[in-house]
Amino acid sequence: MKGNPIWEVFIRSKNGLEHRHVGSLHAEDAKMAMENARDVYTRRQEGVSIWVVESKHITASNPSENGEMFDPAKDKAYRHPTFYDLPDELEHI
Amino acid sequence: MENKNKDLIDYLLILGDNSLILGHRLSELCGHGPSLETDIALTNISLDLFGQVRSYFQYAAELTGGEASEDTVAMKRVDREYRHTWLVEQSNKDFAYVIGRQFLFDAFHLPLLEQLVNSKDEMIAAVAAKSIKESRYHLRFSSSWMERLGDGTQESHQRMQTAINDLYPFTYELFEETETEKLMLEAGIGADLKAIEATYRQTVKEVFAKANLEIPTAPARKTDGKKGIHSEQLGFILAELQFMQRAYPNMTW
Repeated sequence: MKGNPIWEVFIRSKNGLEHRHVGSLHAEDAKMAMENARDVYTRRQEGVSIWVVESKHITASNPSENGEMFDPAKDKAYRHPTFYDLPDELEHI
Repeated sequence: MENKNKDLIDYLLILGDNSLILGHRLSELCGHGPSLETDIALTNISLDLFGQVRSYFQYAAELTGGEASEDTVAMKRVDREYRHTWLVEQSNKDFAYVIGRQFLFDAFHLPLLEQLVNSKDEMIAAVAAKSIKESRYHLRFSSSWMERLGDGTQESHQRMQTAINDLYPFTYELFEETETEKLMLEAGIGADLKAIEATYRQTVKEVFAKANLEIPTAPARKTDGKKGIHSEQLGFILAELQFMQRAYPNMTW
């Protein structure tokens, strides 16, 4: 059966700034996916905003490539903003 | 000796029993839904309805006094003391029946609650205010599925039309005013069924059109559920609903 694809669900909590991935579900289309997400993933006040994305539209990195993808960032301290002397007048950075 | 609140108590049963019996029918689907998502959606609706029932019945128990509690009101009455309509008693024959029954109830329940928020009885107004958002979502859910099934495949359309043909004649009872409802309306406590009926028929017309379904013209089933006369279906429902309380009185978890 070609219908009823899987959708990934992302929810932003009341005090949150970003949508987090909470799980997946089946639905025929975006409207049904939204209602299913509300029914399945917001029963315990998990959030105030829902995004649903059909799984096929998500491209994920390949774990077997983690070496070349992420290890090189490990020993590059100069990429972190910790080498500045902030003047005392700057209060809110 | 007659309780001076007997009409108000009767009205609370008329309001609560529809949600009780419909909530019970939906609970029968727990673990048996056509999909995980619809199983959770339908049992969520059941829980919403039971929440409303608890509020109505706690109030009714308070007014009754004595040993009455929400549990005795829900589970210790005999069949002729229940005040729900025949629509909500109908069984979960298939998903089309579940959705048809739900939509035909939700389209009534929402305008009912919209009126009850203005009730002179503060408790009823409060219950209605809390329940409105739930009911709005129920109507959204059931309308969506009416459209999907009605305007779906040939099979889903056929099943949906069959379910509607069977269920629609039970909707007339929703708007037949009993003596109690007449008294409550006059007291500014109850809802005006005639006003709700107009909204109802309009909602039905709109959703049926989108769902490619015909509005049945068969005559109304003249049923007296609100007066305590029920179909044989209630026997089976009460056997499940009441068994534990009657077999093991005062049992606790």
